[in-house]
Amino acid sequence: MILLGFLTVTVLAVIRLRDLFAVVMLFGIYSFLAAALFVTLDAVDVAFTEATVGAGIASFLMLGTLALTVRREKARPTRALLPLLVVSSVGATLVYGTLDMPHFSDPLAPVHLTVAPHYLEAAAQETGVANVVTAVLASYRGYDTLGEVIVIFTAGLGVLALLGYRKNRKKP
Amino acid sequence: MSNPAQPYNLVLRVAAKMLIPLIMMFALYVQFHGETGPGGGFQAGVIFAAAFILYALVFGMGAARAVAPDRPLRVLAAFGVLLYAGVGLASMLAGGNFLEYGVLAAEHLTGQHLGIFLIELGVGITVTAVMIIIFFAFAERGVRP
Repeated sequence: MILLGFLTVTVLAVIRLRDLFAVVMLFGIYSFLAAALFVTLDAVDVAFTEATVGAGIASFLMLGTLALTVRREKARPTRALLPLLVVSSVGATLVYGTLDMPHFSDPLAPVHLTVAPHYLEAAAQETGVANVVTAVLASYRGYDTLGEVIVIFTAGLGVLALLGYRKNRKKP
Repeated sequence: MSNPAQPYNLVLRVAAKMLIPLIMMFALYVQFHGETGPGGGFQAGVIFAAAFILYALVFGMGAARAVAPDRPLRVLAAFGVLLYAGVGLASMLAGGNFLEYGVLAAEHLTGQHLGIFLIELGVGITVTAVMIIIFFAFAERGVRP
């Protein structure tokens, strides 16, 4: 609860601030708070990823983008009633949607009744890997992880295609 | 951002020289200990790339380019994906399904260990190379010659 409160404060500060450098720093803080939240939910692997990628590399890349563009956000129109209405109604609908979801850590939730018990019980014997998260990621869902690696590779290709060939163009 | 105003900032240089090997060691630990503890190829790759980024920030883009040139980085980025897919093809050649590691060795569990080790290595290599490539692409744009 306290962490969620901190998250809300960070988001409000991000909305209020115009200095994008400070906003990037706040995003880093937001990622660390989210990582702490994942740790309290016993999802250490996800927390680890959030801390390294969200708070570490993403902040660097956003700072790099700031160095290429401008540091101050442009002034926006002050009155934005319609967008506020749309966002509020969508948010309220989403919150209403979560009311039907099973309660957190409910053992009878559908997600815990299909393949999850099998993974938890048999992963150590079937794959010889103690960390069930690694067993699922690397072995049971290896095909998905291959897709994720290809996504990362494609992201690198995209950045290279957009930004990486400046030197070659200068030398005709 | 990659070109510090003071190129001979002694404290930063000494601190970075002490930190970078530790960061790399920690990345390797996360990479190879992911089977029993939290972590794995993705996290290890990002941490390993962070060591290079710290080096580039403290010692400048020129020195970082000398350590991590363009062509090997691109080859490594592709090599990781190919290693991953290659493990899948190897298990098909050995008579199993795509990415069915159990058939890679005589014993099922040994094959699982080998397969998971290799694909995590592929993930780590690709993530490291791509993260460094993306950072260099952004940082080199920012340096006005």
